[in-house]
Amino acid sequence: MENNYFEIKRAGINTTFQDKGRNNLYHIGIPFSGAMDNRNFLLANKLVGNKVDSPVIEFAYQGPLLKFNGGKITITVTGDVIFRLNKKNKEIEGRCYETYQLEKGDEIDILSTNKSVYGYLAISGEFDLKFQWGSCSINTKANIGSNDGKKLTDGQKININQISSIKTNKKINYLNSKIENIRVIKGTNFDYFSEEGKKVFFEKQFIVSKLSDRMGMRLEGPKIENIVNTNIKSEGLLRGVIQVPPDGNPIIMLSDHGTIGGYPKIGVVASVDYDRLVQISPGSKIKFKEIDLSDAETLFKLYEMETQNLISQI
Amino acid sequence: MIKNISNLGDAALYCDFGKEVNKDINSKVIKLFETIREKNIEGINNLTPSYNKLIISFDLKITNFKKIKEIVENTEIKETQKLNSKKLEIPVCCDSSFSLDIERLEKKLNLDREQILEVFFNKEFFCYMTGFIAGMPFLGDLEEKMRAQRLETPRVKVPKGSIGLTEQFANIYTFESPGGWNIIGNTPFSVFDVTNEIEPNLINPGDEVKFKRISMEEYKDFDGK
Repeated sequence: MENNYFEIKRAGINTTFQDKGRNNLYHIGIPFSGAMDNRNFLLANKLVGNKVDSPVIEFAYQGPLLKFNGGKITITVTGDVIFRLNKKNKEIEGRCYETYQLEKGDEIDILSTNKSVYGYLAISGEFDLKFQWGSCSINTKANIGSNDGKKLTDGQKININQISSIKTNKKINYLNSKIENIRVIKGTNFDYFSEEGKKVFFEKQFIVSKLSDRMGMRLEGPKIENIVNTNIKSEGLLRGVIQVPPDGNPIIMLSDHGTIGGYPKIGVVASVDYDRLVQISPGSKIKFKEIDLSDAETLFKLYEMETQNLISQI
Repeated sequence: MIKNISNLGDAALYCDFGKEVNKDINSKVIKLFETIREKNIEGINNLTPSYNKLIISFDLKITNFKKIKEIVENTEIKETQKLNSKKLEIPVCCDSSFSLDIERLEKKLNLDREQILEVFFNKEFFCYMTGFIAGMPFLGDLEEKMRAQRLETPRVKVPKGSIGLTEQFANIYTFESPGGWNIIGNTPFSVFDVTNEIEPNLINPGDEVKFKRISMEEYKDFDGK
């Protein structure tokens, strides 16, 4: 039997394996990790006929250039991504949310995400990966997960255990909506900030800093004035928590965040907006909008229904 | 017990045990953490105990704040329940190549190097919590005269195994990581074992920790156990 694998000719900027992430490990210091944009992760798997929580390749900004070796395989790319397929005699412009067949020697070249951050590549089959605490998700900070917890590098091989055959090509019409207004629930230290500081937080625009990554999104802009204490006794953090350190520039915790932190929490991003928040690229403007708990719960339900609806269309 | 329960975002419960930080309050946090953990409540996907808080995160697809709050309010913590704790000894070398901030501490605390280390090595520490990075223990409590603030500008890279002090606490950097604590030494001992999925952390909340001073030779000869 022939070995099926990808040769990484160019790894890209931050290319990792991700799945649904890890649960119940905050108390020992290990965050969820997992695919940043959950909806695009699920859609990628459904398009290639996998279980929706199977491991995929996640990339940020520039993706990988992979050469395929082995039998026929079906692939798809989700997100807002510019990519190309190099086949024997032709080059094909790739379209997201469609499937393509690769044969021995074919290449997929993921050039870049388009005014967004993360994209996903799924294959019809199973990568050969190590799982830790039930997940292959790579956490480069603690070196946990597949590939020894490190991002993929040039020249490496990605082995494929098993290829499943797909008879029909699948596709959906889906357009990633961009958001500028991030809905936020007031945090547990909201009253640490001056009236002016609170006003700045909800009324002014912030710019996403280049220093953002899978751990956190740093923001620049008007400073948020703290009138109580710029430190709190260290306590747990979550995805979406917005901390304000002494310099007054907010930081939003993302999927690989430290599990404990000591800066006041001014707000928490509503779950409904998390997938779209992580896609906002450095240099973009964002604004926060306050909502209450019951609105956040209702909006999340609707978002989740929409996701399930998209999955069932495939 | 819990002074106040509020929501932290739409997918977590924030149980506040009050402003103070001491062993007694932290033991209550850990007992609630263990009680809830054993109950295996559907939808709860993480518990984060800290000095005086317990954060309970849940999957909003399965449950919600109101349901989890009700469960927590009706949870009885057995006050008689003993903490599952053990005593540990961690070897630390304070060679000047490791004690990166000892001079800073000498100035801030107005104590000399040996005075600082004597207090540190005689202390029996209590583990309040673990986290920030995988396996990092937060240990207390140092007396008033030993308390210094974090560095004004945190280091971009603190070496793996570094022992840091801040306020009444000591910690161990289980990985190379950014950090602002005052570094006084380094342990060759692995406090976090990524290959052990059952019990990756050597030190857990409730444990008692003493540090044992070792020489550079002993550090180099350490067999990693």
